[in-house]
Amino acid sequence: MEKLHLHYPAGAPAAQAVLVGVVASGDLEVLIAPAAAGSCHIVIHSAADGSAARWRAQLDRLFADGQAAAMQMEINDFGATPGVVSLRLAQALEELSA
Amino acid sequence: MSHQQDIARLLQGRSFIELSARERAHSLLDAGSCRELAGPFERLYSPWLSAQGIVTQADDGVVICKGLLDGQPAVIAAIEGSFQGGSLGEVGGAKLASALELAAADNRQGIPTRGVILFETGGVRLQEANLGLAAIAEIHAAIADLTRYQPVIGIIAGTVGCFGGMSIAAGLCSYLIVTREARLGLNGPQVIEQEAGVAEYDSRNRPFIWSLTGGEQRQACALADALLEDDSTLIRQQLLQFMARGLPEQPRHRRSRHYLERLLAMDSAAQADADSARQLFHSGEKP
Repeated sequence: MEKLHLHYPAGAPAAQAVLVGVVASGDLEVLIAPAAAGSCHIVIHSAADGSAARWRAQLDRLFADGQAAAMQMEINDFGATPGVVSLRLAQALEELSA
Repeated sequence: MSHQQDIARLLQGRSFIELSARERAHSLLDAGSCRELAGPFERLYSPWLSAQGIVTQADDGVVICKGLLDGQPAVIAAIEGSFQGGSLGEVGGAKLASALELAAADNRQGIPTRGVILFETGGVRLQEANLGLAAIAEIHAAIADLTRYQPVIGIIAGTVGCFGGMSIAAGLCSYLIVTREARLGLNGPQVIEQEAGVAEYDSRNRPFIWSLTGGEQRQACALADALLEDDSTLIRQQLLQFMARGLPEQPRHRRSRHYLERLLAMDSAAQADADSARQLFHSGEKP
């Protein structure tokens, strides 16, 4: 198991808490909780060892521009492929803005 | 049923099996009444899985929802079958047992809270050993306590089924609802194959496994009370009917003598099949 912390700049605090997904084989769980304005902190627990570079690349694309809401995000990953990860993240961000 | 009707049913039906544990609980409770207790944002993780390098889930695979069923107070405990096979460890087991214990405490104070358990579980979580076993014993005790006041209704929809110590919990329920996809058994097929040999019990022979432990067979043997299509609306209707019926006159676990006599009368030299099992359970004096 690998544990990863990522920090990004962000906008105003997220409006609500969101949970999507399940820690099933090939799937993951994403929890979003509001955080203080300007900060996006992401903690990843991944069953796939050696996946840090992939996680960083994938999350940089979404959060490096600092446009996302300020949040504390937690990802519990049970070996999801990058495709599943991006679908779950899109689902979580969509529910956040719903 | 015609091909067209099959397609229409698939498109219009609302599958229960395809729902997650949380969605199942929400789909059963009266609209807008659901309130989750000890939910994922409380972050009650299993402390044992992470110590063994296994990724945890924020609700430890058990969802507790308080709400109303047909206007009556109820608590639903739903087990998430796709997280660690729906196994019960220290945290998830304590959540489930406490939910039922609090429902019994409600009843002692004049609040008629009912209990519903959505089983989707392989039983004890082996990584948590005795703590999981102790939690399951507490669940059994809590069901026995609550069924003194109100019916506790179990639902096994599939696809995991209900095995191990939790199959005993299912046997303690006042009423049990199953689908054809459900399975109910003390030992899972692979465990039996390992112990008895592949000639006796081939765990990869799915028609054989379902013919002995599947929902249809369990209902035909009177070990479950209702066999339903995989449809959220039908399952909710049946649940409300059992709620309205109240406590059964003689719950299944009080008829153990009848079942023991049946098992003692069984000829174990012949390979059991679906028909002989049905005849066995319906033979002898009516309980």
